[in-house]
Amino acid sequence: MPEKLLDIKNLRVVYKTDNDLIYAVNGVDLSLEKGEVLGLVGETGAGKSTIALSIMKLLPAKVGSITDGSITFDNKNLIDASEADMRAIRGNDISMIFSDPMSSLNPLLTVGDQIAEVIEMHEFDLSSGEIRKKVDDMLELVGIPHSRKHEYPHQFSGGMRQRIVIAMALACNPRLILADEPTTALDVTIQAQVLKTMNELKEKMDTAMILITHDLGVVAQMCDTVAIVYAGEIIEYGTAEMIFEGKDHHPYTVGLFNSIPDIKSKARRLSPIDGLMPDPAQLPKGCRFAERCRYCRDVCREKEPGTHIFDDGHMIKCFLFERKEAIGRR
Amino acid sequence: MPEPLIQTVDLAKYFETPRGRLHAVDKVNLHIDRGETLGVVGESGCGKSTLGRTILRLIEPTSGKILFGGRDIIGFNRNQMNEMRKKMQIIFQDPFTSLNPRMTVSDIIAEPIRVNGTIKNKKEVQERVEYLMDMVGLAPRFINTFPHELDEGRRQRIGIARALALDPEFIVCDEPVSALDVSIQAQVLNLMMDLQESMNLTYMFVTHNMSVVKHISQRIMVMYLGQSIETASTDELFENPLHPYTKALLDAILIPSVRYRKQLKILEGEVSSPIEPKPGCRFADRCPLATEACRECDFPLREIEKGHYVACRLYE
Amino acid sequence: MKKTEKGMAASQGRFQKKSEWRVILKRFCRNRLAVFGIIVFTIIVLLVIFADFYMDYDADALTMHIELQYASPSPEHIFGADRLGRDYFARVIYGGRVSLSIGLLTVSLALLIGGSIGAVAAYFGGALDNILMRIMDIFLAIPSTLMALAIIATMGSSSVGTLVMALGVVQTPRMARIVRSAVFGVKDADYIEAARACGTKNARIILRHIIPNAMGPILVQATQTMSRVILIIAGLSFIGLGIAEPTPEWGSMLSVVKTQMRYYPHLAIAPGVVMGLTVLSITLIGDGLRDAMDPRLRN
Repeated sequence: MPEKLLDIKNLRVVYKTDNDLIYAVNGVDLSLEKGEVLGLVGETGAGKSTIALSIMKLLPAKVGSITDGSITFDNKNLIDASEADMRAIRGNDISMIFSDPMSSLNPLLTVGDQIAEVIEMHEFDLSSGEIRKKVDDMLELVGIPHSRKHEYPHQFSGGMRQRIVIAMALACNPRLILADEPTTALDVTIQAQVLKTMNELKEKMDTAMILITHDLGVVAQMCDTVAIVYAGEIIEYGTAEMIFEGKDHHPYTVGLFNSIPDIKSKARRLSPIDGLMPDPAQLPKGCRFAERCRYCRDVCREKEPGTHIFDDGHMIKCFLFERKEAIGRR
Repeated sequence: MPEPLIQTVDLAKYFETPRGRLHAVDKVNLHIDRGETLGVVGESGCGKSTLGRTILRLIEPTSGKILFGGRDIIGFNRNQMNEMRKKMQIIFQDPFTSLNPRMTVSDIIAEPIRVNGTIKNKKEVQERVEYLMDMVGLAPRFINTFPHELDEGRRQRIGIARALALDPEFIVCDEPVSALDVSIQAQVLNLMMDLQESMNLTYMFVTHNMSVVKHISQRIMVMYLGQSIETASTDELFENPLHPYTKALLDAILIPSVRYRKQLKILEGEVSSPIEPKPGCRFADRCPLATEACRECDFPLREIEKGHYVACRLYE
Repeated sequence: MKKTEKGMAASQGRFQKKSEWRVILKRFCRNRLAVFGIIVFTIIVLLVIFADFYMDYDADALTMHIELQYASPSPEHIFGADRLGRDYFARVIYGGRVSLSIGLLTVSLALLIGGSIGAVAAYFGGALDNILMRIMDIFLAIPSTLMALAIIATMGSSSVGTLVMALGVVQTPRMARIVRSAVFGVKDADYIEAARACGTKNARIILRHIIPNAMGPILVQATQTMSRVILIIAGLSFIGLGIAEPTPEWGSMLSVVKTQMRYYPHLAIAPGVVMGLTVLSITLIGDGLRDAMDPRLRN
C-alpha cells in the first residue's frame, strides 16, 4: 500500500465572531498519497479554504481554531506542532498558492529577490551563487526567461505573475502544494498556460497537490481524486473517474453538474439546485443538504447520514446509499 | 427581416493616456435584433465592457454612430438622453460594488422610478417595487434589508430588479454571473432567460465564460484588443470557428469530464498592449498561422458565409 | 425556492423597516472606548451649556474675591480659586464654552468650504480638480499656526469671529483633501454608474450616493479638526493672541498660571485635564462613529 503523505481525521474548525460560532469544517477525513492531485470542490463558504489553512495552521489568530481531529503530515502530527516547527514546514514541505497573484507578491521587490528570499529562508547552506542559479532555474521552469528576474511584479501580466507565485511555491521542492483557486483570476487562454505549467511541474517533481476550486472543468483536467465539500463536510469522494463518469452520486454533486452550462448539449434551461447553503452559524440537524434535496425524506432531517463506501473506495454521505441496495440514478 | 434594435457604426472609444492613445473600442460594427441576445466574448482588456458602457453613453464615444431603433443617440441632448435611458439599462458584474451599501433593497429598486418620476404616488412606487422583487424571485421579507445582509445571488437579483424598474427594452449585461457560484449562476441565468422571454428584452451579454455565452446567446461576437474579429450565430461559431483566436478560445474551454481530458493546446504569449497598436492584425504576434502579410495592413470583417463574419487574412 | 421563501415570509411576518441610525447606534454602543468618549463629552457639554443655571458668569468667573486667593480645592470650590480669588471651576467651564463654540463653528466652516471644494474637485475631476487642489496645496504649504497668526494680525482684533475665520481658513485645505479622497474612493463604484444609467442628476448623485458613503473618513476628519482647533485656540491664547483676560479660556488660563504652577499645581492641572479629556473624548467618538457607520464591518 502506498505511503500516505497527508492524513486528516475528523477535522473540525470553528470561527468565533462577536455573535456567533461559525462551524466552518465539521468532521473532515482526507488522505493524500505522494504525487497525488486531489481536487477540493465546493461553493463559496463550503469550507474548502479553511481546510487548507488548517493544514498550514494559518487560521486567523483568535478567531479561528481547530476544535477536534488530527492532521498528520509525513508521520508528524501538525496539530501539536509548535509555531517554530510549522514555520520550518511552511514553504519547505508544504507551500500554498493563492488566487490573486498580486497580493502574494511584494510590489517593492524584484521577482528574483522574492524567489531568492524563499530559498534563503529554507536552505541555509547554499552560497549566494547557488541561490542565484536556483532562482534562474525556477523562473525557466515556469516558462519565464531568467533575464526578467530584475523586474518588479507590476511589469508582468497576470498569468506570468501567477507563474512566478508558482515558482516561489516550488522553490524549496515542497512535497505538498495547496493551490487555492490558482487560475480563477486568469483569462481562459492564460489559465490553460498556467494549468499546463502546473501539470508539467507535477510530473517532473512528483509533488502532491490539493487543488481548491469551484471549476469542475479544471478538476477534470488536473485531478486524480476529487472531494466534494458542502457545509464543511465531504459529501462525496472518489477518483476523478468515479466523480465524473460514475453512476452513483450525492444529490448535491448531481445538482452541481447540472448547474454548469454544458458546452456539448443544447438544453436551453439549466436545472440548478434551489436555495442556498445553510448558514454555517446555524447548521441544521440531520443532513445539511436536506433543505435543498429533492430526495429528502423524514430521516434526512432527523439524523446525520453515515458515509457509505463502495467496494472501489467511492464514498458518498447520503441515506440513499446507506442501505446495501444502492440506488443508481442519472 | 427584423429591424435591429441596436446598431453601431464604426463605434470607437479611444482614451488618451500618458503613454499614448489607448484603443479600447476600435471601429466596432454590430447589430442586435429585438428580443435577441448578442454575446460579446473576449479576454480581460479587450474592450468588451467599455463597448457596453459606450453603447449606453455612460462613456462618451470618440467617433461613430449608435443607432437605437434607427435613431442616432449620439447627437441627443441631455433631456432626450434621459428619456432614452429609461429604455436601456445595465446589470453589473460585482454584486458587492453595484449596490449602494447605505440604501435598503426597496430604496435601491425604487431609485430609478423616483429619479425619473415615472410613478409619483408613494404607495404605487412601493407596489411596483414589490412586483419587481417578485419578478426576480426576491422574497418580500427582504424589502427593508441592506445589500450586505444578503448573499451574492440575491444581491445580483436586486441589480436585475433595478435594471427592470423602468421597463427597459435593451440591457447590457456586464459579466452578470461571473462572480457567482455555479449553482447560483445557473439560477440567475435561468431568471435572465425567463425575463427575456416574458418582457421581450434585448440583451448584450458581455462575458469571458464560453460555456455561459453559448448557453444564453443566439449570436456571438468575439473581440480582441478593441476590435470585433468574428461574429456568427452561436451554433455556427462553436461548430465552425474561423479566426485562429476564436479557435484558441474554444480549445481552452475545460470540459468537466475526464473523457475530454486532453493535452492542453496552448496559445503562447499574452494579449499585447492596446495603446497605439501597430497596424495589421492585432493577433498576429500570438497567431500560429501568422505571416508577414498579416502585419502589413488591417483586415476588415468579411462575410464568409451568411451571417458569419471574420476579420482574418486567411479568408481574404 | 420562491415557494419556500414565501412560506417563510408568511411565518415570520413582514420585516420592520430597520432604521439605519438604530443599527449604527447599536454598533456604536458595543465599542467601549467610544461609549466612554461620548459619556465624558456629554458631561462636559452639559456642564458647559447649562453653566448659567448653576453659576453666575459675572459673579463666579469674573469678580474678584480676594479672601479666596489661591484657595485649594474644597467642597465649595472643587477646583479651588485663582490669583484673584475667582472660582476656578467656573472659569474652566466658561472657558470650555469659548473653546467648544469656536471649535464647532470652525469645523462647520471648514466642512462647508473645504467639503464643497473637495467634493466638486473629485466628482468633476480634470482641470477643475487640478486648479482647486493646487490652490489648497499652496495653503497647506504654510504652517497652519503661522497662517492663523497672520490672519488674526491682519484682521486686527482677536474676537471669537476673527478666530473662527482664521482657523476656518486654516483647516479648509486639509478638509478639502480628505473629502476629495473620500469621494474619489466611491465615485467610480458601479452603483454610481447605475445611477447615471437611469439619468440621475449630478446633485442627486453627490448627495444621495456619494456623500453618505464617503461620510466615514470625513466624520473622523471633522472630529480630529475639532480637537486640533481646540488645541490651537489654547495655543494662541497661551501666547496672548487668542482670547484675552479676563474672559476665561483654557489656553490663557494656563498661560497666566505658568509662574505659579510650582506652588499651586491645581491651577494648571484643572484646565489641562479638562482640555485633554475633551480632546480625547472627541477623538474616541470620531473613531467609534467611523467604525459603526461602515455597513460592511459586521460584528
